[in-house]
Amino acid sequence: MTEYTTVIGLEVHAELKTKSKAFCSCSTSFGSEPNTHVCPVCLGMPGALPVMNKRVVEFAVRFGLAVNCDIQKYSKFDRKNYFYPDLSKNYQISQFAQPICLGGHLDIQVDGKTKRVGITRIHMEEDAGKLVHSGATINTSDSSAVDYNRAGVPLIEIVSEPDMRSAAEARAYMEKLKAYLEYTDVCDCKMQEGSMRCDANISVMPEGAKEFGTRAEIKNLNSFRALEKTIEYEVQRQIQILEDGGHIVQETRTWDDAQGVTFSMRSKEEAHDYRYFPEPDLVPIVLDDAYIDKVRSELPELPDARKARLIKEKGLQEYDAELIVSNKKMADYYAKADKVASDAKVLANWMLGEVSAYLNNNTVEMDKFPISPEHLGELVNLIKKGVLSNKLAKQVFAEMLKADKAPAELVKSLGLEQVSDTGALQAMVDEVIAANPQSVADFKAGKDRAVGFLVGQIMKKSRGKANPAMVNEMIVKKLKE
Amino acid sequence: MDYKKSTVHELHEKLVKKEISSVELTNAIYKRIDDVDDKVKAYLTLDKENALAQAAKVDTMIAKGETIKPLAGIPGAIKDNISIKGLRTTCASKILENFIPIYDAHVIENLKKDETIFLGKTNMDEFAMGSTTETSHFQITHNPWDLTRVPGGSSGGSASAIAAGEAVWSLGSDTGGSIRQPASFNGCVGIKPTYGRVSRYGCVAFASSLDQIGPITNDVTDAAIVLNTICGVDAHDSTSLPMEVPDFTKALRQDVKGLKIGLPKEFYGEGIDAPVKEQIKLAIEKYKELGAEIVDISLPHTEYAVITYYIIAPAEASANLARFDGVRYGYRNMKATSAPEMTTASRTEGFGPEVRRRIMLGTYVLSSGYYDAYYKKAMQVRTLIREDFTKAFEKCDLLLTPTSPVVAYPIGGNMSPLEVYMLDVTTIPVNMAGLPGISIPCGFVDKMPVGMQLIGKPLGEETLLRAAYTFEQATQFHKAVASLGGK
Repeated sequence: MTEYTTVIGLEVHAELKTKSKAFCSCSTSFGSEPNTHVCPVCLGMPGALPVMNKRVVEFAVRFGLAVNCDIQKYSKFDRKNYFYPDLSKNYQISQFAQPICLGGHLDIQVDGKTKRVGITRIHMEEDAGKLVHSGATINTSDSSAVDYNRAGVPLIEIVSEPDMRSAAEARAYMEKLKAYLEYTDVCDCKMQEGSMRCDANISVMPEGAKEFGTRAEIKNLNSFRALEKTIEYEVQRQIQILEDGGHIVQETRTWDDAQGVTFSMRSKEEAHDYRYFPEPDLVPIVLDDAYIDKVRSELPELPDARKARLIKEKGLQEYDAELIVSNKKMADYYAKADKVASDAKVLANWMLGEVSAYLNNNTVEMDKFPISPEHLGELVNLIKKGVLSNKLAKQVFAEMLKADKAPAELVKSLGLEQVSDTGALQAMVDEVIAANPQSVADFKAGKDRAVGFLVGQIMKKSRGKANPAMVNEMIVKKLKE
Repeated sequence: MDYKKSTVHELHEKLVKKEISSVELTNAIYKRIDDVDDKVKAYLTLDKENALAQAAKVDTMIAKGETIKPLAGIPGAIKDNISIKGLRTTCASKILENFIPIYDAHVIENLKKDETIFLGKTNMDEFAMGSTTETSHFQITHNPWDLTRVPGGSSGGSASAIAAGEAVWSLGSDTGGSIRQPASFNGCVGIKPTYGRVSRYGCVAFASSLDQIGPITNDVTDAAIVLNTICGVDAHDSTSLPMEVPDFTKALRQDVKGLKIGLPKEFYGEGIDAPVKEQIKLAIEKYKELGAEIVDISLPHTEYAVITYYIIAPAEASANLARFDGVRYGYRNMKATSAPEMTTASRTEGFGPEVRRRIMLGTYVLSSGYYDAYYKKAMQVRTLIREDFTKAFEKCDLLLTPTSPVVAYPIGGNMSPLEVYMLDVTTIPVNMAGLPGISIPCGFVDKMPVGMQLIGKPLGEETLLRAAYTFEQATQFHKAVASLGGK
């Protein structure tokens, strides 16, 4: 069987978190009563005109700089014409011929290797409204209603080069983009609410081929999982067609999450002719060096820089550092906890272990995590000081999840303090050794395993509170007497 | 009392001196409308109740001794593509037959601040697409100088309302001559300001890069007064110009000495009716007499202006009119069983043939594979046309041309759409270059008014007003009264 190479390019739409819409002063807030954030402009009333929201330009430039783009000093808007009831003017104001950003890139890490993914362009545009059907789809419904609250909400579309070769790379790129969108604070990246979504261009070609295969464009993927599943499915579908002697049709497809398949929406022949032309109601966007430099000077620390810093200054493993920085909220939490914690690596282990497990099991975001970063830092300190064993620390952690109290306080109130008092431990050691002559005999016969057994007995006896390291040392000493 | 040919500035004096009241004036104009509008058919909608309430308010202000603005209490008419909150705005189209706007156009806000009066909304070519006001879905407006003839268009209702004494001042919009040509056909003064001088916010868009609102009035002074109120930057229109607005009435001086008036030879060719040309030549002589210097100039790309316009304007219109889809407002076909079918049927039934023709034209020239040959090329030619004017203005201060190659022609004539389009050859280049243009009465042919067009440099309205005012004060053409005959 022929080996195939997969070629993937992504077009990611990110809703900008400006307070007002792209071309009018309506609020962009999500989840309000339908058609409460609307005005003549975003409703497309006769005679209404768009006016550029300057914050949208600022956000696009900020993000463009973050992902290494060339900011265009002259860019302009075009009209993208198509009829759909959620599009109030039946054209979308977008940038086609001259977008605001060109030629950037992001580095992704997959299987320990770093790969650079090119960004072709970033352009600004407006979102459409939302259709609410009485039935399942527009074609099977008796009626549909339109909510224009989202109409005119600003978006940037980030178009990548076809540089990705696997679902894992595509996911890594998407995750990296999300981190950059969050760090630059331009998008809240709530994929389930649609504030970040992507279209994937997928093709396959025989390994070593010079020309890409015919691509299919899969629309509106709104989770990392959907992106990966779509690519995996689509690659197999295309390979199967080629293996069966068929050829791939250039078309737009859609992902059916329930069935786990993609299906055709429209072929190339049925593709829209958007009849782009320059938007005459808006003037071109002209930026100067001073403006671009100012936005650049206001850029926050970006994910790759923060990762490098965690590796260099905190001694974290690259993999761990990547995991922490990839989620801005986690990275910010880590930074706060790190101010308190005496050991950055132990803290990282807790973040990627217990904390992540809690977040995953309860499907909550870091900002809804019940324990304050300061308290987690204090917990790390109690472990480092030997006040808590790892096991006890987990118990305390479980209590902290229920009520975010200072761990030292919980240790006291729960009586979980580790016993490190030599006198108290010695008594237990003597008692256990006296009660287990067989183990003593085993030890003398050279079976070191016996120590473990004896330590275990003490831990049991102390209900886990005995300092295991001290107990171990004391037992060995006693046995050697 | 008869207020035919009464001007804003005269009536303002009378109001201030309490010789008349605004309520009397407003009632008298409505009486006139009652008497003649079944013949002229200038209006689509009247708003008598609000107009009289506003008139009473101004009368109270005057009684209290408050200072009032020049337009306060003086009834005007608004073209039906300019949005007045709460008042039906149809664009003379079935698709907006029952449409009530939810906001005021920027010019309307400004006019309301000046406490003026809106009599009602005037007829026009559907969505301003036409030069005769015959493409209106509702009615054909008749030229008050000869009721068998067209009033011109697309602001035909706004111009004939002035000529028939059915309004003291009015607003039109001009995309390719739609203020100047009907002003010329009706013996009125009409100005298309520099593109960006007046906010387009609330003027239902036909071709966004060409549209401009402007006044139609009985004399040049009134045009200056209305301009003072409607001009100026607007935060809601990105293309409005952030320039200081001068007091245009200060430009009204009887003095053209040393002013260089250019005659572009391409505007005096074979397409211009000889009798019209004759009247224009007399006007040129008059200017010479008044001390202006006449220079011959050339605008070599003029011959491409109309064809270029009929690519750019329909292209923009095809997108601008896409919002009329039956979803949010306007006419909806209720028999359709799917959303796309509903939109198609609503548009097919809601738009008239001329609007459909231009939407199809615009859609075609923007289509993939044709864009470069048509739209892109047209935009390049537009630049050449603009450069022609820039070069011409190195040699002169303003240009003088016929406003239209012809006087008003009979209603229901047998001209093809293309023949009608070609008649806009004298006005279209001005929109293509974004320049200010004014039409003023300068003679008669077959008892029908002839208009002379003056074209200015960008933001050169003051020079235009000065030259127009000087001519007007030296002649009597603007005082002639329409006969309402011919039927």
